[in-house]
Amino acid sequence: MTVVKTTFNRRSFLKSSVLASGGMLLGFSWMASCKASPAQGLTLPDEWFEINAYLKIGNNGVVTIMSPNPEFGSNVKTSMPMIVAEELDIDWDKVIVEQADFHPERFDRQFTGGSQGIRQGWDPLRMAGATARQMLREAAAQAWQVPVEEITTSAGILYHQNSGKEAGYGEMASAAASIPVPEEVELKDPKDFKIIGTSRKNVDGLKMVTGVPLYGLDYYKEGTLTAMIVHPPAFGMKLKSFDDSVTRTMPGIRDVLRIKTLLDDYERGGFDTDTFPDLVAVVGNSTWEVWKAKEALKVEWEPFEEYTFKMGGFRGTQTVTVPAGLENTSDHQARMAEMASKPGREVRRDGNPEQAFKNAAKVIERTYTSPFCVHCSMEPHNFFAHVTEERAEVAGPVQAPEFVERTLSARLGMPLEKIDIQLTRMGGGFGRRAYGHYAVEAALISQQVKAPVKLVYTREDDMTFGIYRPAYHMVYRAALDSDNNLIGFHVRGGGIPESALHANRFPAGSVDNYLAEDWSIPSNITVGAFRAPGSNFNATAEQSFLDEVAEAAGKDPIEFRLELMRRAQENPVGERNDYDAARYAGVLELVRDESGWGEAAPGVHRGVAAYFCHNSYVAHVLDMVMENGKPVVERVSCAIDCGIVVNPDGATNMAEGAIVDGIGVAMYGNLSFNDGVPDKDNLDTYELSRISDAPRKIDVHFVKNGIDPTGMGEPPFPPVMAALANALYSATGKRLYHQPFINGA
Amino acid sequence: MAIFNLNINGKMREVDVDPTTPMLWVLRDHLRLLGTKYGCGVSACGACTVHLGDVAVRSCQLAVSEVGDQRITTIEGLSKDGTHPVQKAWLEHDVAQCGYCQPGQIMTAVALLNHNPDPSDLEIDEAMYGNLCRCGTYTRIKAAIKTAANS
Repeated sequence: MTVVKTTFNRRSFLKSSVLASGGMLLGFSWMASCKASPAQGLTLPDEWFEINAYLKIGNNGVVTIMSPNPEFGSNVKTSMPMIVAEELDIDWDKVIVEQADFHPERFDRQFTGGSQGIRQGWDPLRMAGATARQMLREAAAQAWQVPVEEITTSAGILYHQNSGKEAGYGEMASAAASIPVPEEVELKDPKDFKIIGTSRKNVDGLKMVTGVPLYGLDYYKEGTLTAMIVHPPAFGMKLKSFDDSVTRTMPGIRDVLRIKTLLDDYERGGFDTDTFPDLVAVVGNSTWEVWKAKEALKVEWEPFEEYTFKMGGFRGTQTVTVPAGLENTSDHQARMAEMASKPGREVRRDGNPEQAFKNAAKVIERTYTSPFCVHCSMEPHNFFAHVTEERAEVAGPVQAPEFVERTLSARLGMPLEKIDIQLTRMGGGFGRRAYGHYAVEAALISQQVKAPVKLVYTREDDMTFGIYRPAYHMVYRAALDSDNNLIGFHVRGGGIPESALHANRFPAGSVDNYLAEDWSIPSNITVGAFRAPGSNFNATAEQSFLDEVAEAAGKDPIEFRLELMRRAQENPVGERNDYDAARYAGVLELVRDESGWGEAAPGVHRGVAAYFCHNSYVAHVLDMVMENGKPVVERVSCAIDCGIVVNPDGATNMAEGAIVDGIGVAMYGNLSFNDGVPDKDNLDTYELSRISDAPRKIDVHFVKNGIDPTGMGEPPFPPVMAALANALYSATGKRLYHQPFINGA
Repeated sequence: MAIFNLNINGKMREVDVDPTTPMLWVLRDHLRLLGTKYGCGVSACGACTVHLGDVAVRSCQLAVSEVGDQRITTIEGLSKDGTHPVQKAWLEHDVAQCGYCQPGQIMTAVALLNHNPDPSDLEIDEAMYGNLCRCGTYTRIKAAIKTAANS
């Protein structure tokens, strides 16, 4: 048992316990949304008592747990409440889960991204449950006039063994709500966990398969108008003028207006990326009417001149320059090749890499590239907004409500407390919904038309509005001595407009002579986080390259990596290595054993890759067979070290999805540009994994080490692309260096 | 604008809309049947799949004027409580991640099983190819279809 101080989260507890002081009954208006799903068959209580921000207990013992983070499919809405329920010591069957709205004064870090939800939520969520349990014990101790230490709990029941007294949580909830928040609480020993580590079904499963409205696009309120935006057709262009004379006369059209999402003197935050801040909006009664009216709008665009904006951050205010120009992929490729031929910015140096390459018996040099990629979340961008002079009420899919609130506050000139953000379930995100420009656009449209508005992007709008995965380029060089030892390693990574290089990751730390450099080329094509940013390409290039180096050294690709990891573990080079070599080796050993590495059946071609990112370690072995001359992924074996796994089947689902997603991005992901115009704008041309691309079997294995949870949403994604490339090489004899692999280069 | 009387999930519903309006938006905007999702508008993702008679169709490409007296079934018409065998199989395999594409996946799967109660892997791939799942839940979708086929 661990005793922790509750100070971490105490302010929010204090506030909510004041609200609930004296066992005060909460208003029923809030509870109207709190209906048990039919599958649970739970009877709702007559009264609810709020114990803290995260949970309420009904007088019949039913518990409502608020899931704080936005849900985009990683199933935090199930796993976060599981953690609270564990420490509360309640039957999971007695729990109703509700999505919390954005309340930073009540909840910690309501941000979904960076695979940090469970990692950073772990302590506050446990504390929320444990604190409530402690208050229930105090209430029982007072009621029964016995020492609190003698009160035990099990599955929602309080016991006093000596007197034989017992009471359900529901009976003590009113009294518990008025108990002062304890200064410190006991947390369970992980070996006593009953819910954490067991597989629980998605709490929204029934709603999702019956079509219950859950998503931003499903958010309707009486009197809501539909809005769509028209944005420049090319990067490097801006709005010149528009003629709305036809559009305004079309059926169902209420207004056509110009909006400026961000003002020129606004100091942007890191998530205020906005490709086209000057837009035309068409507002009307229904989606189809607005869609047709939008198409009838006559708009003139013009190239913009280079401009700058202010960007805030840890390093103070910076000036960011957006270059002018209508960019082309062919130019991008030529410029990247040119940059890669020159020394870059030195990021890390160990030993004497130049000398090592001079002394080498064998030097291997390979170049890896990837074009821009689009997120394509299934639910196109959309947001509801109702802005009045008093308040701004907004709702929709957003990963980072905190940043949206700040931007809305600045743009609307409204204090933060007058902005209400409701978090809807998101139809995917993959990093793209960390950038909430569309929420600001919706709010500005609502403010101008003085009505509740739902902004809907068409798929074409969604895909051509920028904030893509950058275009990447990496050159790797390895030096082997005459005994095939890796004596030098050199990586020069760049991109448009940023590099994917992670200079302190493996194999840094395992090679005496190491050099990492980066470079970048400015662009007006906007980029942003894309599932495991940077890592998703760094892993592909690095792990494909190491496969080739292992082959050149005449070594088994797993044993070659393990040798390097042993070196990094026993006698690491440098001090800034950002990985734990033992855990890294652990997943490789696990996947080696579980996949039966070295025992592949005839006709099965295998590729291996391992990567560390977002605090977790993942290794994949991908088995490929050739059928009718075409490669088919027969099986992927996956080993993951992400510490304690809260919901194993949910985590397995995430890993399976990351593997399928990674195969699609590597095979097909490609957005090119002609004079600033993206060459694809919908899912008929932009390809992603389809059902026939999915591996026939995926086996996911977790390392059991009892370490506090780390990331899960992103880490299984990056290494699959290299495992695929390495398996394709094994199957076809052809190395793949340039994504998308479908082009076969 | 024109008046259409539509047979949706066994009930007659009247709408007054532009005849070119895709059924997707009739369902969502005018009838508030929100289980049918907008994903691409060009019949490339399958999120808007409904049944026209017994056939799975993309409602984003089906103008309201083309429907006539043919029956339309949406995800809400399968069962409200998740008791249709395909919905049950989806729950058993806990298929969904974000869940947005799943009503369309389920509608395509139901149509497949109605025509072919015991599809092979290849037949499943062929039938489900047009339904994109961006989260990559295909292995579970396939497993759920097999479970439903056996039930």
